[in-house]
Amino acid sequence: MSVATRRPLNVRFLATSFLVLWLIMAAFPFLWTLWGSFKVEGDFFSKADWANSLFGTLTRVETGGAFTGDGYYGAWIQEEFWRAALNTVIVCFFVVTISLTCGTLAGYALSRSTYRYAFWLLLFALIFRAMPPITLVSGYLLPFFEWNLWGHLSTTIIVLVAINQPFTLWMLHSFFKNIPKDLDESAMVDGCTRFQAFRHVIIPVMWPGVITTGLFSFLLAFNDFATTTMLLSKENHTMIPKIFSFLGTTQTKGNVMFAVAAVVSVTAPLFVMILFFQRQIVSGLTAGAVKG
Amino acid sequence: MKHKTFFWFVFPSVLLMILFIALPLVSVVTQSLYSKHEQVIVEVENCGPFGCTKATTVDQEATAALEEAEPLGKWAGLDIYKDRNHLAINEVGQAWINSDGLPDFGRTLMNLPFYKALGFTITYTAIVTPLTIILGFFIAIAVNSVARAMRGPTIFFSLLPMIVTPLVGSLIIFWMVDARGILGTGLQWLASDPSLSVKASTPLMWAMLMFYGVWHSAPFAFIVYYAGLQTVNQDTLEAAMIDGASRWERIRYVVVPHLAPLTTFIALIQLMDNFRVFEPIISFSAAAHATSLSYAIFNDLGGETRLLSSAAATSVLTIIFVAMLLSPVLVRTWRDFGTQK
Repeated sequence: MSVATRRPLNVRFLATSFLVLWLIMAAFPFLWTLWGSFKVEGDFFSKADWANSLFGTLTRVETGGAFTGDGYYGAWIQEEFWRAALNTVIVCFFVVTISLTCGTLAGYALSRSTYRYAFWLLLFALIFRAMPPITLVSGYLLPFFEWNLWGHLSTTIIVLVAINQPFTLWMLHSFFKNIPKDLDESAMVDGCTRFQAFRHVIIPVMWPGVITTGLFSFLLAFNDFATTTMLLSKENHTMIPKIFSFLGTTQTKGNVMFAVAAVVSVTAPLFVMILFFQRQIVSGLTAGAVKG
Repeated sequence: MKHKTFFWFVFPSVLLMILFIALPLVSVVTQSLYSKHEQVIVEVENCGPFGCTKATTVDQEATAALEEAEPLGKWAGLDIYKDRNHLAINEVGQAWINSDGLPDFGRTLMNLPFYKALGFTITYTAIVTPLTIILGFFIAIAVNSVARAMRGPTIFFSLLPMIVTPLVGSLIIFWMVDARGILGTGLQWLASDPSLSVKASTPLMWAMLMFYGVWHSAPFAFIVYYAGLQTVNQDTLEAAMIDGASRWERIRYVVVPHLAPLTTFIALIQLMDNFRVFEPIISFSAAAHATSLSYAIFNDLGGETRLLSSAAATSVLTIIFVAMLLSPVLVRTWRDFGTQK
């Protein structure tokens, strides 16, 4: 950086302190909850002295140690959170696989077609993307009850894939646009059919875009609340609706720590995901923006 | 690409969208026009030694049979839209005549469930969207002017509030602002009022929900702006500097115009997302102070009696509002496409 563009000291100081403030705002709640999840409720919600939650005064009195895994034990074993975790794994796996399969095919076609209907399809996808999912859920319930489709994991998976499609289409569409047309066209000149060109030329080079889109599909399935609470029966609940049901039952029992432990357990995989895929997430967030 | 190939490529995806997005829309509209069957009531005469008494009971079998035969319920036309829980035509008319002055009319309006939800949803969208954009912009500017070593960690920690599910993220905040939590205690200390509780006060609850909204979505604006800042033309910046533009003027006249298209994009996404605000209300158990359109639908659908028609009517109204919100964008996209050809 040249001398002319170097920032004066006070600007740098201002920027740094603003950033530090933001970082504390962004990270502190998570660290605080992580720390607190190993305490007893009397410390996590400390009426007497806020410092109790730091040092675990009551935790020491009640359990003998400064940290306790009671919240985790209660949530995972007693309240069978592991079942919800298993359901989440199943839902996420299938949602990501199916929506990527359908999405890549359609996204590729949309990026290569020059006809007007391709544009209309994208426009409709945008409108569908704007609709709150809960409005659709109210449309599902009655038919699903009538046809006995309600409550199963498979129904929810298909519904989540469908709700996810508009977004997947837009994202993959813009990724495929960046792959030069000449690539598959030259393959077709050499005698490939459109599908063969896609299979042998496009698939090998599309992975960065597909992985990014897959991450966002995963996030949608992992984070969904409205659809999963409404469409899954109690024993099929995934983690997020399970936490919601904790709020109803355990808060009255005075075992809010179960919910705290569950919340930390849900956040942990996301934390790891950001750690490994930060670059992809950032590129995914900006992909739509760069295209306008 | 040939029509036929195109068709087969998009077929699975389009089929899914038709089956699970377009048809449910039809289903929502249909359901909103029907109302639940009334229970079949039969009069039974019980004759005992002390004369006969008449009693009315619900004929469970007949009711079940009716529901079996017509699961949609009975035709109601637009009645559900007009009732007290939705547009409340009569009540609004009454209030318009009886109230003295607009503020009073507004207060009456905010007591009607639909308008209460609509009021909060619109206020939330209108306040959170610009604040998100401004905060995101300043974070991006700040990150751009600090040492490179700090950029990675900043992006990492900034992503957290955004990636974590709204339900979970807002719970984390909610536990902290609880009267016994660290932020709640801090607020009490700041206001020197030991009985202060966010849960009990409507304005504080609204502020809290909006604070959460900004906290949750500012990272998105930040990331997009940060990517945009990397492509600012350095020559233009240098030229502006030689012409004597101050630091602030350079931001105002070079950087901001460069980022303007990105702002449209962020605003569009944020409008869509903020309008469906829903999970924080559940986590904060804020329903007494603030409800949103999505929350109203959720509330109708859940519980023992699933009020399907009522939920459907609210859904249709919500979709109409979303369409109105999006119409300028859609018109623009359509025009852009026209000029591209």
